[in-house]
Amino acid sequence: MKLIKKILVYLFLTIAALSFIYPFIWMIMASLAPEQDIGSLILFPSELTLDNYKMMIGKIPIWRALFNSLFVSSINTGFSLVFCTMVGYALARMEFKIRNLIFFIIIFTMSLPFQITLIPNYVLMVKLRWIDTYLSLTVPFMINAFGILMFRQAFKGIPQALIDAARIDGCGELRIVFRILWPNIKPTIITVAILAFMGSWNEVLWPLIVIRNEQLMTLPQLVTLFSVGGRAEAQLGVKLAAAVFLGAPIIIAYLIFQKHFIQSMASTGLKD
Amino acid sequence: MPYFMVSPYLIHLLAFTTFPVIFSLVLTFFKWNIIGPMEWTGFGNWERIFNDRLFWKAILNTFKFLIIHIPLQIVVALLLAEVLNRKIFMRGFFRAAFFMPFVISGVVVTILWQQLLGFETGVINRILVSVGLGKVGWLIDPKVAMVSIAIMATWKNVGLYVILFLVGLQTVPKQYYEAADLEGANHWQKFIKITVPMINPTIFMVVVLSTIGGFSLFIEPYILTGGGPLNSTLSAVLYIYKQAFEYYHMGYSATLGVFFAILVMLVVIIQKKFVEQDV
Repeated sequence: MKLIKKILVYLFLTIAALSFIYPFIWMIMASLAPEQDIGSLILFPSELTLDNYKMMIGKIPIWRALFNSLFVSSINTGFSLVFCTMVGYALARMEFKIRNLIFFIIIFTMSLPFQITLIPNYVLMVKLRWIDTYLSLTVPFMINAFGILMFRQAFKGIPQALIDAARIDGCGELRIVFRILWPNIKPTIITVAILAFMGSWNEVLWPLIVIRNEQLMTLPQLVTLFSVGGRAEAQLGVKLAAAVFLGAPIIIAYLIFQKHFIQSMASTGLKD
Repeated sequence: MPYFMVSPYLIHLLAFTTFPVIFSLVLTFFKWNIIGPMEWTGFGNWERIFNDRLFWKAILNTFKFLIIHIPLQIVVALLLAEVLNRKIFMRGFFRAAFFMPFVISGVVVTILWQQLLGFETGVINRILVSVGLGKVGWLIDPKVAMVSIAIMATWKNVGLYVILFLVGLQTVPKQYYEAADLEGANHWQKFIKITVPMINPTIFMVVVLSTIGGFSLFIEPYILTGGGPLNSTLSAVLYIYKQAFEYYHMGYSATLGVFFAILVMLVVIIQKKFVEQDV
């Protein structure tokens, strides 16, 4: 009886796991298959071909989009780490008048739905002449409330003695934060970095609004427009190839760093 | 020095939150195509909302999505977490597998599901036909299309909630189950009488999180259906997007944004009130 139960549990888990993994494997295999094979369930197509990828690369500037996405996401991640650290540190370890007010505002703005700022932010980009520039994809994403709160929490847990010792050694405040304290809060840095990078990498509504020039489009945006526009010419394989191209970097990163990914992304839910 | 340290946030707050919110409120009183001059319309935009059948349909669609998506998500996530919360060989692997779709861009997931859900060539319909069932118009039947999107969204996000429930389940004291064992309770009774009440806070957190996520439904219908068939998958955000960037009704679109944001906040506040009552 116990054995049967155990077998059932594992059977259930295996079917569940397959239902999450199999579609991705199917997608990769289908993108490598000739058009007539797509739609079948078979994992191994009659022949493997890169035609879909060649066709896609010929139609859209996908390498440029890959560069754009990597560039924009890296910039946003780098600035987010620096700025969120500064603000988080000030809120955790410095005394000043409006500290509690700022903390309250951060909490409040976090619960503000983005729909309310979407249109005016677009207008702002138009007026700043940032449409079709990297600026519109980066500057608004260089700091985020969640990262500030994460760093604030981390800096609160650091012993005062460490900060005092650094001060006696004559370190300036910024030096203390980035040279002395940063090595002590690596998990927080990893979390904020993953969240900033993923948030930026996966964002698609905002790029759709502010970027029209194909050369500046991010990867998800370009793939989206390719998929809904007529250029894929109803060729399923080409669409799937574009989707694989978009998914591959994250899938590879996830396979290597899955523990960090799960911890970081689950922390967004656990915070409040 | 402290003010220098918080200056990045203050500048960002003023530029990308405070100003837009105020400007949004101003815009609700104007008609504007962004190129020409702004034209005062008083409460015209607000009146228009109440007569805009399509917008109300979009709101209704969004709620329809939430009503299918949230219960489905909780049941599936809780079930998977319950099973994973035992002594399981390769638990890390299963956890990682469930979580995988959540990490990957919604664009990839949507294009993938588009192929799975296709009417003639879709994989799922081929399976249905091969076992002798009829085809389902997953994306072309107005009655079914939103259900398909809700199922797809559940598949994509459920991994996150499995993790959150796993954390919640670990807070339930073991003694409770041991006591129930002594009383001769079966698995189901223990689940309903002990587990569910104990992880109530997690359940409500999941409800709030997926409500906020669900209200921003956009890219899935944008790619899969464009809001169709017969506007049955037109979500509120997709409609706001179309008003602004297909018809260039900036004032009206901003008004819709403000209205919808207030609605979202109201729903979340009501949900939070429920949590406070219960815990």
